[in-house]
Amino acid sequence: MTAAPEQVDVLSVAREQVLEQGVGLSEEQVLEVLQLPDERIPDLLEIAHAVRMRWCGPEVEVEGIVSLKTGGCPEDCHFCSQSGQFPSPVRSAWLDIPGLVKAARQTADTGATEFCIVAAVRGPDKRLLSQVRDGIKAIREDGNDIQIACSLGMLTQEQVDELVAMGVHRYNHNLETARSHFPNVVTTHSWEERWDTLKMIREAGMEVCCGGIIGMGETLAQRAEFAVQLAALEPDEVPLNFLIPNPGTPYENYPVVEGPDALRAVGAFRLALPRTILRFAGGRELTFGDLGAKQGMLGGVNAIIVGNYLTNLGRPAQQDLDMLGELSMPIKELSKTL
Amino acid sequence: MTYCGYCGKDLAATDHSACASRLGVIDPPRFCGECARRMVVQVTPAGWTAACSRHGEIASAR
Repeated sequence: MTAAPEQVDVLSVAREQVLEQGVGLSEEQVLEVLQLPDERIPDLLEIAHAVRMRWCGPEVEVEGIVSLKTGGCPEDCHFCSQSGQFPSPVRSAWLDIPGLVKAARQTADTGATEFCIVAAVRGPDKRLLSQVRDGIKAIREDGNDIQIACSLGMLTQEQVDELVAMGVHRYNHNLETARSHFPNVVTTHSWEERWDTLKMIREAGMEVCCGGIIGMGETLAQRAEFAVQLAALEPDEVPLNFLIPNPGTPYENYPVVEGPDALRAVGAFRLALPRTILRFAGGRELTFGDLGAKQGMLGGVNAIIVGNYLTNLGRPAQQDLDMLGELSMPIKELSKTL
Repeated sequence: MTYCGYCGKDLAATDHSACASRLGVIDPPRFCGECARRMVVQVTPAGWTAACSRHGEIASAR
């Protein structure tokens, strides 16, 4: 008769593998983390924070985002209030250049180093790219040297090259969820199409920003699958959103992600992605409230979006800046990003 | 104000406590309080504007 194999604690493994060696957890290991009982969450957050401090450092990257083109999107991303395919109350709107310059200035005034220009489109057309080009030029003429990122949907190689020429240093294109769950969330394009755009961005020398949304009906196994699929991409930044069930969307009645589940996700994603910028993005206000946001910042997160989101409101930027001050977390300076 | 800025329904007709938990917290108004028309809303990092084709534009305090 042989003895049953001793159960190895996944957090002990993480301490050796991730904290000491900088090697992210495997899919099976991430799933174990996502299944930890509530009483182990403080241990998880402690090690996730240690990993972040060791492999990323103490600084927090602050970003503001703005919607250049809102609503009327032909795609059917089921979480999105900007899809033209659902009876959402969001109406189409274009932000003009003075409005874009003002938004960039508001963002820079918070001490943020990143400003992301976003459009609700399948991919950019000539008019949109022209607006982005003129907008970036106007932001620079305003004396604002904040780093500019874009999120304009799927790109062609020619469009990638145009964005590089405009000085866009980072491009956001979320895979949103696990490959196995994606067809339940989006039917008008594929996970692989998104992946192809991400590959072009990387090869063109832009930084890759790619994350997703927790709480879209995925299983814990699919949450783990998503974490390691992101890790395989080796993104510079992963924005972690929690579903905001917006009216009119197919997910309007989905439950908000519970705080403990969200904290397990934060810790697990950090342990899968030890060197990546892990950004708190949309939905944290509903999921966490003030206390949980602090726990997340002490549980592996090292970047935040401050102020409002694209169609939803966030906390006033100063509240988050005050929180970072209370946590003695320095904000990354622009001079250190150039 | 006659209509809910979140759902666009008559404020007096139903309970809007669920709407109130989101309006101004994570959602700007989407419906005109005077006529319930859907408004064109622009959210920016530090605020929002919402324009009704009949009753004009309102904006956030911050």
